[in-house]
Amino acid sequence: MGYKQYILVCGGTACESNQGNALFNALKKAVEKSGLVNEVQVVRTGCLSFCGKGPVVKILPQETFYVEVKPEDAQAIVNEHLVKGRVVSRLLYDKKQSKRNVGIKDIDFYQKQFRVVLRNCGVIDPDKIDEYIARDGYKALEKVLFEMKPQDVVDEVSKSGLRGRGGAGFPTGKKWSFAAMQPAGQKYMVCNADEGDPGAYMDRSTLEGDPHSVLEAMTIAGYAIGADKGFIYIRAEYPLAIQRLENAIAQSREYGLLGSNILGSGFSFDIEIRLGAGAFVCGEETALLASIEGRRGMPTPRPPFPAVKGLWGRPTVINNVETLANIPVILLKGSQWFSKIGTATSKGTKVFALTGKINNSGLIEVPMGTTLREIIFDIGGGIRDGKAFKAAQTGGPSGGIIPPQFLDTPIDYENLAKIGSIMGSGGLIVMDEEDCIPDIAKFYLDFTVDESCGKCAPCRIGGRKLLNYLDKICKGEGSHEDVQNMQEISEAMTRASLCGLGQTASNPVQSSLRYFADEYREHIEEKKCRAGKCRNLLRYSIDTAKCVGCTACARVCPVGAIAGERKQPHVINSETCIKCGHCFEVCKFHAVARA
Amino acid sequence: MAKLTLDGLRKLREQKQAAIAKRDPSNKDGQIIVGMGTCGIAAGAKETFDAIIEELKARGITRVQVRQTGCMGLCHAEPMVEVVAPDMPTVIYGQVDAATGRQIVNEHIINKHLIDNHICDKPAMDIVR
Repeated sequence: MGYKQYILVCGGTACESNQGNALFNALKKAVEKSGLVNEVQVVRTGCLSFCGKGPVVKILPQETFYVEVKPEDAQAIVNEHLVKGRVVSRLLYDKKQSKRNVGIKDIDFYQKQFRVVLRNCGVIDPDKIDEYIARDGYKALEKVLFEMKPQDVVDEVSKSGLRGRGGAGFPTGKKWSFAAMQPAGQKYMVCNADEGDPGAYMDRSTLEGDPHSVLEAMTIAGYAIGADKGFIYIRAEYPLAIQRLENAIAQSREYGLLGSNILGSGFSFDIEIRLGAGAFVCGEETALLASIEGRRGMPTPRPPFPAVKGLWGRPTVINNVETLANIPVILLKGSQWFSKIGTATSKGTKVFALTGKINNSGLIEVPMGTTLREIIFDIGGGIRDGKAFKAAQTGGPSGGIIPPQFLDTPIDYENLAKIGSIMGSGGLIVMDEEDCIPDIAKFYLDFTVDESCGKCAPCRIGGRKLLNYLDKICKGEGSHEDVQNMQEISEAMTRASLCGLGQTASNPVQSSLRYFADEYREHIEEKKCRAGKCRNLLRYSIDTAKCVGCTACARVCPVGAIAGERKQPHVINSETCIKCGHCFEVCKFHAVARA
Repeated sequence: MAKLTLDGLRKLREQKQAAIAKRDPSNKDGQIIVGMGTCGIAAGAKETFDAIIEELKARGITRVQVRQTGCMGLCHAEPMVEVVAPDMPTVIYGQVDAATGRQIVNEHIINKHLIDNHICDKPAMDIVR
């Protein structure tokens, strides 16, 4: 026999360490005491987020959400809520909910996420066009083809305030209007799915979970600007996304939603896939177009902008996957609905790939204006292993490193630029006290140096020089003069590089010098890496007072640098030590010190 | 399939909306939906998918449909499985390996119990419905 109600008790790490276990037992006992064992099931769950307000408890099927619940509250929840059907208002997250009766299903009042782009991801079967259609798929296309003129479509997108989600945040409606203004003739619509930032996978997941939303949006864009041909430029490293896209295109053609005379409207549009070989620079629009044309993927100076002179010299609009996935919703629900979400200058939502030292890594979508603190601590469940938050990195290799003082800054294009980072495509990497900032800057520079196409000198030479300086600093050989040179080179790269890759490549360096100057100074003056990452700066030693002579460290040392008799304190020979850290990890008595 | 006209598309949408309404837990049939994005598959979603189908077959359950979907966004808890069963709240389970997949069939579908330690929260409201 099934139960009538369920008490979900969060069993995530944060709640668990906050008397979550005692609460679980107290609730079980209270249920038994009230004689509801056959009607109520008490279940422990994975993390329900809101870890800052733990332990959290959720009652199903009413979806009542209680926060900061103590074991003493168990009896009240059972007596009041389960037996009498009255909410325990003092424990509610949203106190407004107390006015409602238990039993009214009113979910989502507490949720931080809002899914526009990901509306169908994790809901529909991406291989079935019918499921997309059933969830209002191709309804926006219907409306556009039969009720709107191309100019109306451009106007509606302009009014929505949607800005490009690929990184720079250029207003999408404006981009479309530039191409639409060009004299009629061959025009192209291109989808940029060349997602390349380390740690970013928003576009891949969107294409894998909801490929038709992008196809529908491209067709709408084609109608708006007067293009009959579209290309999706996607990297070959995304086999599943490609497969689902191919399948979706085939289904749309079969239904006549792509091809000639779509739905009998007289408008024709078709889409082809172009595979990229995984060069980061091909995410830059002029390099991307060169690659589609079959040439080597290298940027060219703008103007002329692609909207005027793009693919094979014809007007071309290039939009990122996430930007496009917004389009059908904007046209269906209206620009007014859309522009209510977000901040004054940044409308709508943003998808982030939340990774790094975070408990709940994953793909999230939040309204613009959400703070980093909400993302990291409420949605992401906080920092792993209870460590301290050190920095967040947005925008991948083009973005900056954001220190803790900006945790409460509402995230939008302008605010991120103000604090020296960028929105970027949506990678969000969280770092804790064990991450070394100069080392992180080095990681990103290493990436951009590797991916620089080499066409312009500021990027090709400047990037390499920056990397060399960072390398020196991490080895403990850096000087203050190096830092000054780095600053000058960074500025020159920003001003003089040909494309976005070089212009933004120094952002990790500039922002980290600005906010983490102390760490650079420690590396240079004290030859110290506080995170314990820079191997050259580490010294391992054994605390003779703590060492019991178990020989565990001597046995794992690969170079025989540890000596000592059994049951006698051991010593490390720093001359032979290669600083691999095995002894540090294996010592059960915390006798090995790392400084 | 002939090419759709405007009316054809509208009719198809209506039809399929009814089919999707089967996900309503008041319906007699159930659904088990497995997240099959790259993240899910990398975490073993294919094995989970197969195990659930095998277990349903072994138990002689024919009214529960097993479906695939894309990434639900909770990548730390992949493989993810959403279960819609009659007279039960719809829940999303995380970290569902093959064994937990079988447990879903036996505990959730047959015995009508929720399973300990695997439930995750739905990330956001649905703006379409």
